[in-house]
Amino acid sequence: MVVPAVLTITGLCKTFVSGKHTLQALQDINLQIQAGRISGLIGPDGAGKTSLMRLVAGLLQPDNGEIQVQGIDVFKSPLQSQSVLSYMPQRFGLYEDLTVQENLDLYADLQGVDQQQRQQRYTELMHMTALAPFTHRLAGRLSGGMKQKLGLACTLVRTPQLLLLDEPTAGVDPVSRRELWSIIERLVKEEGLSVLLSTAYLNEAESCDDVILLHEGCVMGQGTPLSFSQPMQGRSFHISSDTLGKRQLQHRISKLSGVLDAIIEDEQVRVVTHTRQVPDLNEDLAHLADARVEACSPTFEDAFVAMLKKQHQGMSLNIEPTTSQSNLSDDTLIEVRHIKKRFGAFYAVKDISFSVKRGEVFGLLGANGAGKSTTFRMLCGLLPVSSGELMVAGHDLRHASASARSRLGYMAQRFSLYVNLSVMENLNFFASAYGLRRAQRTQRIAWAMEVFELGNYANTSSGDLPLGFKQRLAMAAALLHEPDILFLDEPTSGVDPLARREFWERINALAESGVTVLVTTHFMDEANYCDRLVIMADGEVLAQGTPAEMKARFRSDELPTPTMEDAFIGLIEHRQTSMTEVTV
Amino acid sequence: MSPFAKRFMRLRGLIRKESLQILRDPSSIAIAFVMPVVLLLLFGYGVSLDAKDIRLALVVEQPDAQTSSLTSAFHHSTYFKSITFHTIQPAERALVTHVVDGIVWLRSDFSARLLNHGDAPIGVFVNGVDANQARITQGYIQGVWQTWLQAYARQQGHDLAIPVRLEPRIWFNAAVRSTDFLVPGLIALIMTLTGAMLTSMVVAREWERGTMEALMVTPIRIWEITVGKLLPYFILGMGGMLLSVAMALWLFNVPLRGSFLVLSLASALYMMVALGMGLLISTVARSQFVAGQIALVATFLPAFILSGFIFEISSMPAPVQVMTHLIPARYFVAILQTVFMAGDIWPVLLTNAAALLVMMVIFLGLARHKTRKRLD
Repeated sequence: MVVPAVLTITGLCKTFVSGKHTLQALQDINLQIQAGRISGLIGPDGAGKTSLMRLVAGLLQPDNGEIQVQGIDVFKSPLQSQSVLSYMPQRFGLYEDLTVQENLDLYADLQGVDQQQRQQRYTELMHMTALAPFTHRLAGRLSGGMKQKLGLACTLVRTPQLLLLDEPTAGVDPVSRRELWSIIERLVKEEGLSVLLSTAYLNEAESCDDVILLHEGCVMGQGTPLSFSQPMQGRSFHISSDTLGKRQLQHRISKLSGVLDAIIEDEQVRVVTHTRQVPDLNEDLAHLADARVEACSPTFEDAFVAMLKKQHQGMSLNIEPTTSQSNLSDDTLIEVRHIKKRFGAFYAVKDISFSVKRGEVFGLLGANGAGKSTTFRMLCGLLPVSSGELMVAGHDLRHASASARSRLGYMAQRFSLYVNLSVMENLNFFASAYGLRRAQRTQRIAWAMEVFELGNYANTSSGDLPLGFKQRLAMAAALLHEPDILFLDEPTSGVDPLARREFWERINALAESGVTVLVTTHFMDEANYCDRLVIMADGEVLAQGTPAEMKARFRSDELPTPTMEDAFIGLIEHRQTSMTEVTV
Repeated sequence: MSPFAKRFMRLRGLIRKESLQILRDPSSIAIAFVMPVVLLLLFGYGVSLDAKDIRLALVVEQPDAQTSSLTSAFHHSTYFKSITFHTIQPAERALVTHVVDGIVWLRSDFSARLLNHGDAPIGVFVNGVDANQARITQGYIQGVWQTWLQAYARQQGHDLAIPVRLEPRIWFNAAVRSTDFLVPGLIALIMTLTGAMLTSMVVAREWERGTMEALMVTPIRIWEITVGKLLPYFILGMGGMLLSVAMALWLFNVPLRGSFLVLSLASALYMMVALGMGLLISTVARSQFVAGQIALVATFLPAFILSGFIFEISSMPAPVQVMTHLIPARYFVAILQTVFMAGDIWPVLLTNAAALLVMMVIFLGLARHKTRKRLD
């Protein structure tokens, strides 16, 4: 069946010029989007997704090329094309000081929706998004997930022919993400909408009818999710072992010759091989004798990583844990008891307690706004606690934050680097800020350059580094003074899957050498790299324990092998039902 | 629905949104109404360029009938508050320690010389740190001294032989109250604040929060966005103007010699100029901080310093005088001071209004030209 194209892009190029820098955001994009489908524009941050979305919406002028929406040229007659499409920008485009109803009214006015039709449409939308009880609440007071649904409702006050959603699921919790997906699926089925949405979550590719894979401004492929993963059939495996820890196991397996990619997935290691061949565990007889290998079905991420690794051949990583024996001790390094943080009348963190042992990788998992970063800042002594006790490396942060701070390294969310200083100058600055003496400074900087492979970039301004290298530099800077504890705030947000893998290998190596690592993330799958973690929502701890324990709580007959995301959703739903019980 | 009805619906939606935002955002209320009140109170009561209640030391070395007649003349003057000393040393100390601003010294031979020669000099010391105040003090002392001399001469049965007699008359502001020209000038400053600063920041906020991006993709026209912003802030600015005029008339008793209609029309014209500047700034500034800074430096400070509101333009150096012609507030301050203190003087009003009209067309035209329904 030939489906008509709702969107046609031909030969599209876009460069951004700022000062002396030119950035090629999109290079010769050619694609077609079929009507009545969900098309996913998938790629890591900086791939050019937002630029492409804005070009289709008529917000940017291209260097070259043409875009047609329903046969209307977007650049020649923008007003006409804008009357058949709706667009939700990344931050949803809501007026936070207007109520839910006022936001809807505004967009209905702007889209010219008839007064008579409005009431019915509002009812439908409010029902679909479950926002009906909140119509008089200010949009700014809604939770992240509710804002996102309201943003969607505002773009739908009139039924567009093409709906553009720019990263609608970024940063919201998995429950809201699932809800949003079911709303979109319903719209496509019931109203025959065509949807183009962008996302940095690779696992969302599987929910799309059609996937466009974008990387560094180029389309790497377009097709059904299956068309990407099908060729990978027979190359994906799960390997588990009873005797080896999963991090050790992953490290060993990644060294095997036939293995292209090895990551920790739940309690086992997921392996992608170069060819359709079962990985040969006998290469590493000493350690892998008891490991079990099972074939598993390939995912979209397997295909993406295989594509990327083919491109970046020769860039292999060689990180050895400095001390191979796992030295987990019972020595408690961080002790948090009933801490709270209040901003005005708002509690960002409500009464949380946990403890972290030396050499652990400890995770704080939660959606944006759950209170992870606030907790982190209190742990680093950057924010005073409103009440509660906080001991870091034996110091009470309220009295001795300076001496406690010298023992910890902190990498902030947006990598606090001086963008107009070179890599070398940044390292020199941080070394002097930590008070390293000359000999020690030279030695540590040489170490950082070598371990983080920054040699080729020594004189590049850090602002011009690729994102993955910025992340490396930020981490190197946080490690210069050999801290006992490393705090990483959303370290992997926005970097591509390869850089994320590499990053976790480094974390594993650090943890094996005895550094305690605390990390926040909103990627559910990354939680599996942690020894222990807490799951946070609205400033509260919902659960804590090892990833295996958390998942075990939600094992059932329908769900024999729950993922971290299942566990998270289960916890949130459990909390919501217990909350309604309290209010009833 | 007709295209016209849709257009009206879009515009109404935007204006309603903007009005709700103004009402809910304490900072716009603060800039539009609290700031004017604070500025008016500050300038109405706090800043005075008049010399009144000047503290004066009268040194009388040998008190007698003549000296007491002169000192009582100083005591009765409303401009002075005098303290009497008998020697010069404590009076000098009082001047140095800022207890007094000036000294009038009647030496021991004052009465003798007056009676014998009809020529009795007095010593006058004035603190010259504030040159303006010093000149005024000196003038007032001279005035009191001259009046007394004349009265004394008449008393002696003959006129004082002064070759040229000064009979001053002060026009437009007979009481020489600085409030009468400061307060009207302040209205220009207040309207600049609402029109240029608040408006540019509000548009920048839409960029910052990403709402502008969402607006741009709706079927809205550029001019609708422009009118949707202009109208609510025009009303807000005129509200601030009315508040200022009311305070000027009834709190500070500033006379309004021209007509209120002329004042309102001129204010409306200046409001459009200020809004044009605000919108023009917002085409380049995409963050509230940058917009606020540009508005402060490019509109507020010039309106403060170069408009003739405090500092008289004709006493500025020639190059600066030329520069003031680029400051819209200059023309509006001229109109305000004319309407309040002189009346509807058409030649003055019309030339200044014509200048404002030209500026309005330039600013609004540029803003419209530079605003695109695009992000790059």
